[in-house]
Amino acid sequence: MPINITMPALSPTMEEGNLAKWLVKEGDQVSAGDVIAEIETDKATMEVEAVDEGTVGKILIPAGTAGVKVNALIAVLLEDGEDASAIGSAGSAPAPAAAPAEAKPAPASEAPAPAAPAAAPAPATPKTADGGRVFSSPLARRLAQQNGLDLKAISGTGPHGRVVKRDIEAALSAGTGKAAPAASAAPAAAAAAPAMATGPSTDQVLKLFEEGSYELVPHDGMRKTIARRLVESKQTIPHFYVSVDCELDALLALRGQINGSAPKDKDGNPLYKVSVNDMTIKALALALRDVPNANVSWTDDAMVKHKHADVGVAVSIPGGLITPIIRSAELKPLSVISNEMKDYGKRAKDRKLKPEEYQGGTTAVSNMGMMGVKDFAAVVNPPHATILAVGAGEKRAVVKNDELAIATVMTVTLSTDHRCVDGALGAELLAAFKGYIETPMGMLV
Amino acid sequence: MADTNYDVIIIGSGPGGYVAAIRASQLGLKTAIVEREHLGGICLNWGCIPTKALLRSAEIYHYMQHAKDYGLSADNVSFDPAAVVKRSRGVSGQLNGGVGFLMKKNKVDVIWGEAKITKAGEVTVSKVAKKAMEPQHPVPKGVKGEGIYKAKHVIVATGARPRVIPGMEPDGKDIWTYFEAMVPPAMPKSLIVMGSGAIGIEFASFYKTMGADVTVIEIMPTIMPVEDPEISGLAKKQMEKQGLKFLTDAKVSKVVKGSGKVTATVETKDGKTQEISAEKMISAVGVVGNIENIGLEALGVKTDRGCVVIDGYGRTNVPGIYAIGDVAGPPMLAHKAEHEGVICVEKIAGKDVHAMDKSMIPGCTYCNPQVASVGLTEPKAKEAGYKVKVGRFPFMGNGKAIALGEPEGLIKTIFDEKTGQLLGAHMVGAEVTELIQGFVVAMNLETTEEDLMHTVFPHPTLSEMMKESVLDAYGRVLNI
Repeated sequence: MPINITMPALSPTMEEGNLAKWLVKEGDQVSAGDVIAEIETDKATMEVEAVDEGTVGKILIPAGTAGVKVNALIAVLLEDGEDASAIGSAGSAPAPAAAPAEAKPAPASEAPAPAAPAAAPAPATPKTADGGRVFSSPLARRLAQQNGLDLKAISGTGPHGRVVKRDIEAALSAGTGKAAPAASAAPAAAAAAPAMATGPSTDQVLKLFEEGSYELVPHDGMRKTIARRLVESKQTIPHFYVSVDCELDALLALRGQINGSAPKDKDGNPLYKVSVNDMTIKALALALRDVPNANVSWTDDAMVKHKHADVGVAVSIPGGLITPIIRSAELKPLSVISNEMKDYGKRAKDRKLKPEEYQGGTTAVSNMGMMGVKDFAAVVNPPHATILAVGAGEKRAVVKNDELAIATVMTVTLSTDHRCVDGALGAELLAAFKGYIETPMGMLV
Repeated sequence: MADTNYDVIIIGSGPGGYVAAIRASQLGLKTAIVEREHLGGICLNWGCIPTKALLRSAEIYHYMQHAKDYGLSADNVSFDPAAVVKRSRGVSGQLNGGVGFLMKKNKVDVIWGEAKITKAGEVTVSKVAKKAMEPQHPVPKGVKGEGIYKAKHVIVATGARPRVIPGMEPDGKDIWTYFEAMVPPAMPKSLIVMGSGAIGIEFASFYKTMGADVTVIEIMPTIMPVEDPEISGLAKKQMEKQGLKFLTDAKVSKVVKGSGKVTATVETKDGKTQEISAEKMISAVGVVGNIENIGLEALGVKTDRGCVVIDGYGRTNVPGIYAIGDVAGPPMLAHKAEHEGVICVEKIAGKDVHAMDKSMIPGCTYCNPQVASVGLTEPKAKEAGYKVKVGRFPFMGNGKAIALGEPEGLIKTIFDEKTGQLLGAHMVGAEVTELIQGFVVAMNLETTEEDLMHTVFPHPTLSEMMKESVLDAYGRVLNI
């Protein structure tokens, strides 16, 4: 029997992905565990491994196909002795739409059918916050009503931003767009989508420039996700900012000692090399442990108080950024944090992070010190309530004992979600952070 | 030296190709189209359009024969096959010229010859090797000729040709394809039609109306196998009433030509074998994509069962090479080709465009009675896991249909019980090919049964049956 290879789900919420690349071609021999294809989701690229051995009989979804549904048939593997003719009906589905596994667009689920829908009142045409009409298809309105979704909270992908069936399905699978209360406490990547005020349309923007004076680069999944999440954050989170200067001299000295005394492997390479950023992560994690009221996430119903400090670290990569998470960073030695970060950084650049490695988290660090930035304010990345923006460590004139002195100083700015971390609480967290940075021995015990 | 550099070169000027060329030009892309035989492709010259002209002649002939039903008299009704064909060629010629005009108007260069993609971004056009189907419309004036042309994007729109079954190769004399069937020198007295898809059934209907004794042989259990079986069943019954003969679940295993007749050996599913003889036979067993001799193999463009493999935007596995229309796979319909062409070109131009959605492409067959459909058939909807609500409304209950003298037919609608989504609509009867678009728009706008029920349909029209069918699905039908 030919073996069907289907589109894998890379995360529990994944509904579809892009088949980025085939690493095998028809006729190639593969063994279990061989990487046969790369799948791209909104943020990551993942490898698909063969589960069985055999010959690639047929590739049904060509490389570069976007929006391949999870479980759609993507290729057929032939076992020993079988030839392509054995593919039969299994291989007769070149178009993703015909893949058998997803042939149930809306399985008549167990939900009771609406009683006499014809008699039910039509869902009222929804209005945006400013009274504007939310354009949506009748089917989308009914699906939203049946599933308790708020159309205002769903961004439309139909003509002129009209909310259509696929947007409702996307919101359902992502768990967004819930009407009234309901935002779950789980720190899922997808927080409640906001009521979007629409910006100028593509046409409106392009009208301002002479045709031919620009080039259009279509957005990739990561760019769309960044845009959506940041607009969501800025529209739903009341940001509040607190800045403080931290003297780094003690920390730099300690870092020198730590790295100087790092054990070496058999090739003579040190087993770790702790960076200032690693120490910043640790300091923030310990500060959150000390000020637990700041280690929270906002939901409409309750304050989510986290028991560990999971620190997301913004990593800039070509074409965007991603925030892998050091889990329970308050418990991890600097050497572990350092090596985890090194691994994350490398895989982030190849877009090979797994969703569970970048989704969630309780806070984040964004460090632009290495780029010489003095200070800046970052955008809170929900479900986090805080994010620490770290500037460069530089020698500055400071006043000590009423005298001018030279110290290495770094300015950090904490952005907080004022709904759950008030100004004073933010200041308290920052004071604790500053304590660890300036008396870094505290991080080692 | 004329400029030979383009943004887009399209190979083939059928409905997919020439529409893509116009759209490309509208988007400011420098565009050329290569054609070797006739602007407008099969559709305009040997397909959709000239058959509609033939069928119109048949329809009017049919009405004249039944003039008495309308209180009129028309004696000695007859026809001149040559004049019928001439009218059909005239219609085709007019539209063929129209495409030439459209190319000029949209500043699309027409290059005349055989195109081959010699390497990425390069199309070599050489002298036409293929013998043109006669009668050929005149080659348009001012076309560019042989040479090497460059383009960042090359769109293959080479269409398809009749599928040939070994041992039953059309010879153009006794065994026809649609080419010969389009220009009969005389009306055959008897005819075998192999295949009951749109092409086969339309010719069967035409020749039957013109007086031939026609037998249609279909390998599948129902005629017009892609249609909803209830609809194709009704169509079959009506055509049988007109005297058409059908053999379904039947396979032609052998064809023998000789002494002015064709004899087909037909095996039916019950194991029986019979021989059927006729003056002519039409082979209408589908079409295959024209993927050969255009350089696709050398460039490694992926093909599958005679068609180029593309994504939702017409892109092949080779960057810079695209395919649209019949050559890019089923459904092989002109309107699908046109839409694919537009999507492909808009994507090339960087527009934000949605990928092709093949689930809402309507299909129309112009036999008598006409058949039209969009979306899922009832069995397919159930197969897909939907719990369905099905509405039916017969022509017999519609005032306009009675007045027209066309009381046979049915409009069937299929809804998802849970959401009220219109999943499919299927029709058989007079003028249904003009009605189906109402449901196509409805499906594209994602209307539910409620919106259709709130819509006022004009009276007296056949379209009222569309609303009645919807009402019937929800137990609210009025006029029956």
